[in-house]
Order: sequence, then C-alpha cells, then structure tokens
Amino acid sequence: MNAVVYVSKDASALSVGAEDVARAIAREAAARGIELTLKRPGSRGMFWLEPLVEVAVGGERFAYGPVNVGDVPGLFDAGFLDNGAHPLRLGATEEIAYFKNQQRLTFARVGLIEPTSFQDYVANGGYRGLRNALAMQPAEIVQAVTDSGLRGRGGAAFPTGIKWKTVLDTPAKQKYVTCNADEGDSGTFSDRMLMEGDPFALIEGMTVAGIAVGATQGYIYLRVEYPHAHRTLLEAIDIAYREGCLGANILGSGHRFDLEVRLGAGAYICGEETSMLESLEGKRGEVRVRPPLPAVKGLFGQPTIVNNVISLASVPIILDRGAAFYRDFGVGRSRGTIPLQLAGNIKRPGLVERAFGLTLRELLYDYGGGSASGRPIRAVQIGGPLGAYVPASQFDVVIDYETLGGIGALLGHGGIVAFDDTVDMARMARYAMEFCAVESCGKCTPCRIGSTRGVEVIDRILYGIDRERNLQLLEDLCDTMAEGSLCGLGGMTPFPVRSALRYFREDFLKTPVRY
Amino acid sequence: MKEQIESILSAHGHRPGPLLIVLHAVQQEFGYVPDEAIPLIADGLNLSRAEVYGVLTFYHHFRRSPPGRHVVQICRAESCAAMQGERLAQYAQQRLNIAFHETTPDGRFSLEPVYCLGNCACSPALMIDGELHGRVSPERFDELIASKQVET
Ligand SMILES: Cc1cc2nc3c(=O)[nH]c(=O)nc-3n(C[C@H](O)[C@H](O)[C@H](O)COP(=O)(O)O)c2cc1C
Ligand code: SF4
Ligand code: FES
Repeated sequence: MNAVVYVSKDASALSVGAEDVARAIAREAAARGIELTLKRPGSRGMFWLEPLVEVAVGGERFAYGPVNVGDVPGLFDAGFLDNGAHPLRLGATEEIAYFKNQQRLTFARVGLIEPTSFQDYVANGGYRGLRNALAMQPAEIVQAVTDSGLRGRGGAAFPTGIKWKTVLDTPAKQKYVTCNADEGDSGTFSDRMLMEGDPFALIEGMTVAGIAVGATQGYIYLRVEYPHAHRTLLEAIDIAYREGCLGANILGSGHRFDLEVRLGAGAYICGEETSMLESLEGKRGEVRVRPPLPAVKGLFGQPTIVNNVISLASVPIILDRGAAFYRDFGVGRSRGTIPLQLAGNIKRPGLVERAFGLTLRELLYDYGGGSASGRPIRAVQIGGPLGAYVPASQFDVVIDYETLGGIGALLGHGGIVAFDDTVDMARMARYAMEFCAVESCGKCTPCRIGSTRGVEVIDRILYGIDRERNLQLLEDLCDTMAEGSLCGLGGMTPFPVRSALRYFREDFLKTPVRY
Repeated sequence: MKEQIESILSAHGHRPGPLLIVLHAVQQEFGYVPDEAIPLIADGLNLSRAEVYGVLTFYHHFRRSPPGRHVVQICRAESCAAMQGERLAQYAQQRLNIAFHETTPDGRFSLEPVYCLGNCACSPALMIDGELHGRVSPERFDELIASKQVET
C-alpha cells in the first residue's frame, strides 16, 4: 500500500517550517523502506496547527499538528500512516470544529488539492463555471453575477455584476479585466492563500469576466511582497495556456483571453483601484479623479473591470452552481460567504469562510479561542489599517456590511486583528497617522500634510502638552481629512483614530511619557 | 552596465506601460537601480529623465543604492504589533546594531520595515532575502541571522 501524506506549501506554513517537515517525512520514510507519496496542497487555514501533516486513510484525511521536524520519527513509530494515536493527532481534518463549522465555497479546494495540478482542479469542479458561461450570452453571465448578490471583497463592497454591466455596455475595441491582488491591508491574507492554494479559480474567474464583458486581456496586479504567490500564479497560467484554458481559443470556443501578472512595488496606495491602474501603466501610483469610472475609462483609457482576487475567484462557483445557490447564503444585502481572516493576538488564527451573519464574538471566541496571551481581548481592528477599532462592548455585532457600517466600522477585506489588554491605543492611533503619512500618494493636502500633523498632535497629547486643546485639534484634523481627501487613504485614516479616541480615551490621558 | 540595461530594454520595452517592469528587472540584476541607469532607461523608453525619476522614487520597493548582502524586512503592521512585533523590531536593531533603512558596516545586512507580509496568522513575521518567516522570537531571529552569517 502506498501511503499519501499531505504537507502544505502555503507561504505561511513554509514560514513556520513546513518544508523541513516535508523533507524529514520523506527521509524517514526512505530510511524505513516505506513507499509514500508526498502531496503539497495549500493550507487548510488553521495556522496555529501549521505545519499540519495529513494522511489519507480509506479516502478520508486525518491530521496531526503542529508538527516539528523532531516529531517525525515518533509519528512513524506511532503508525500515523494508519491514523495511529499520537499526542499531536487531531482526528479527521474536516471534523475539526474550526473547519467543520465553515461554509467553504470560494475556498472549497484550498488545502485540499495540489494548487497547480490541473487534474485535481478539474476533478473538483474546476472549469465547470467557465463551460456554463461559454454556453450563455454575455448579458446572461453578467446577470447571473448580479443575481448572486456578490459584492466586491476588496473593501468597497460594490455589486460586482453592476460594475461588469457598465463595462459590457461601454463599446470599445479593447477592454481589460484587472485583478487587484495588492492585498495591502494588515491582518489579511485570503488573497494570498487563494492564489497559492487554488490559482486556477482566479484564472477561471477572470476568464469568465473577460468573456462576459468582451475583454481579451487580463492583468493580475500582485504585490511584490508575495514572491511565493507569484511563482504559483506563473506556473498555473502556463498550465492554463497549455490546457487551452487561456489564449486564442478558450476551450475551443473561439474566444480569446490572455493573462499576465504584473508586480507592484511596495506602495500601499496602489491597492486603490485608480492608483493600481496608473501603476499597471508603469506610472507613479497617483490616485485618479473620478469620474470617469475605471469601468468606462480604465487601463490605458479603455473600459476595465477592477476586481479583488476573492471577488473574481467566487465567480466560478456562481456560474457552476447558479446565482441562487450563492445568494441563498448570507443575510440582508450581504449575500454569499466571506472569508474572514483572524489574526493578531488570537489563540487560533486562520481563515474562516462563513456565510455573512455570524457575530464578531463567535468569531473571536468560538473560532479564535480568545487571545493567544490568555489575557482579555480589549480591542479588535476590522478591515485593515483604515478600519475602526471595536471595543469589547461591541463584540456582539453581526458581521455583515450594513450592521458593521451601523456602528461606524467597516468590513473591508475581512481582516480581523485582535489586541489584548496590554495594547496602548494612543500608540495605535499614532501608528495609523504615521502609516497614512508614509503611504500618502501626495495628491491632496489633508492627507499628505494632515497625517504628518496628526502624528505631531498625538505626540503632544502623549507628552502632556495642552491636552484638551490638542485632543480637539485631533478631532478637527480627522474631520478635515475625512471630508477633504480624494481617496480612502486620507479619507478613512480617521476611522482608527476616532475610534481609539472614542472608546479608549484613557490611553491618551495617561501620565505623560517620552517615547 | 549599458549592455545589461539594453538587453532588459529589448526584452521588455515593447510591452504596454513597461517602466515598472523595467525597473524591477534592473533591480533584480543589480540589487538596486543605479543613477546611471536613469538616462539609459529614459532614452530606451522614450520618456523624460524626470518621469523615470518620478516613478523610481514613488515606490518604496526600489532602492537607489546597493543593499547589504542580506535584506531583512521586519513587519511593523498591526497584527505583528499585537504579537510583540515591536519587541522584535527593537531586538533586530540592537542585534544588528543598525536602525531601519541602514546597512551594517560590513555590508552583510540591511534592515527595512515592511507593512504586512500576509503572514499575519503567524505573527510576528519577517522576510529575509525574499524568504518568509513566522512566529519569530528573538531566539529564532538569532538563528536566522546566524544561518545567513554562515552563508557569508
Ligand atoms: C487606500 C486603499 C487601498 C486599497 N487596497 C486594496 C487592496 O489591496 N486590494 C483590493 O482588492 N482592494 C483595495 N482597495 C479597494 C479598491 O479601490 C477597489 O475598490 C477594489 O479593488 C475593487 O474590487 P472589488 O469590487 O472586487 O472589491 C483599496 C482602496 C483604498 C482606498
Ligand atoms: S487621500 Fe492621500 S492617498 Fe488618497 S489621493 Fe489624496 S493624497 Fe493620495
Ligand atoms: S501584519 Fe505582519 S504579516 Fe500581516
């Protein structure tokens, strides 16, 4: 019997030693004369268990983790290839509560299949969506995406189908589909996991988008901080060309779609869509004034779809299972599922894909298991560096776009960063201003100058200089930035700052210190 | 240098909006973008020097002087901050005896800040020469640095 063992090659898993563990398993098997096939999928998203080792027994996968190189001989001794008892044994992977209680639609294959195995992809539902799309009229494809209720997962939550319709209805010789894979928000890693774990899903989604709106060229704008995702994408794109799923004659349909990856260069602002387009054109990533919308005048002045990785990677399942299937998940105007990313000071960090509608508390405690340090969670930041800090008194908030908006927060790209009670929220507010100053594209004064002033004002508050007046000044500065900025960087930096001021004011009023 | 730049330009110059691609290739080749490259790139792509300079200086990723043999990028963003990332940042500066944006006098290590590596579920995180590391304690930092010292 030839045993099959799975060790992830997701960048995060590798960052904590998965490669060494995989090698140790291969070495140990050889030394013991055991024949074994080692497979390298993406991650299941249970990162506190990485490096996670799975073994297939009777068609089911059983897990052990987190495994160190030193644990490997013991695992063999314990008969882990037959799911033998061992202190690291976790049971059937898909029965682990954290995983079992998810609804994996977009991430259905991530961690399951080998990312660049075309056979694995097709055997697990891949390219069914595209085949369906090829049998439909462009307007019908767009309608299906609209009917699914899918809203952009990059942050702005704009209905994807409506954006596509604008591109479809704008006549032009050349149109483009661009994927925003800049994933700049701290606390987020779902795009990375998807690109590394199931790159064909993104490629398929972009191809469907191209056929839907009549675009023949696609670009993935990938942040340069993701070299591992870059390699995976390049490999997958090559294979898709070879398999006739990209190029001049997609699956024999006569449709053309070409796809290229372009790298960013470490500028957070290039995640903003018009800045991203400038950057794709090889220019400074300065934000464009809207209108015109990118859907009308986007890349190289042509009608362009700009969508986030997760939005595009959700398209294949919508076309495969139908709009109603996807729409039936979720609550209110937040339809479908959302891959939430649990990070920061949390016991069980990872990816949780669920239908909209669970509470923040469920996420932090039922999934996350509370803080990693064992201390109380004092605040969580939702939605990246421009997201509000939510205090413990609001942890019962339901996670959907509207409810979070109602408490002055934002879901953004779905990143949730927990802080225990050792956090100094005045420092976090200062950090938010500093980040804005470092990353501002420089186009508008409230953002460029205001953020630098913001750092200075917070410093004066911390030093104990004229506190009341400077606190008022900080509020005014936030108002100016929120109202006078062209884009969300300057416009939303006030979210973390104001929420810190509002819910954690005591941190600004501590005994003055010099940092 | 002229030759290498010319071959980069002939490989990429024809692509739509090529400047960023060319700058990436130049940095890949030399480890940074030398000043002497700017007029060559400008001529090759039919841009003004000011345009090339403007793009080059807009992006944090591009370097204008040679980095150390090993580039250590430490994440300073929120998730890592929540997991003692600040302590790691302090420790790294002490241990290498340089501040962020500096290179050790022996030219071995450069220290750079980075804002999220997508490794937030294994915070605190850092990257050395493009390789990602997670759950980095000070002890782990020492091991990583030691392994690079062996490599020179
Ligand atoms: C400062 C700023 C940074 C952004 N960063 C990203 C990003 O990294 N990734 C992303 O998909 N969207 C980002 N966005 C949102 C994009 O502007 C845009 O709304 C999105 O790419 C559209 O795709 P979607 O509709 O599929 O979400 C950012 C917006 C702002 C204002
Ligand atoms: S708000 Fe800031 S980043 Fe956005 S356009 Fe203005 S200066 Fe640029
Ligand atoms: S915040 Fe440090 S890796 Fe994301």
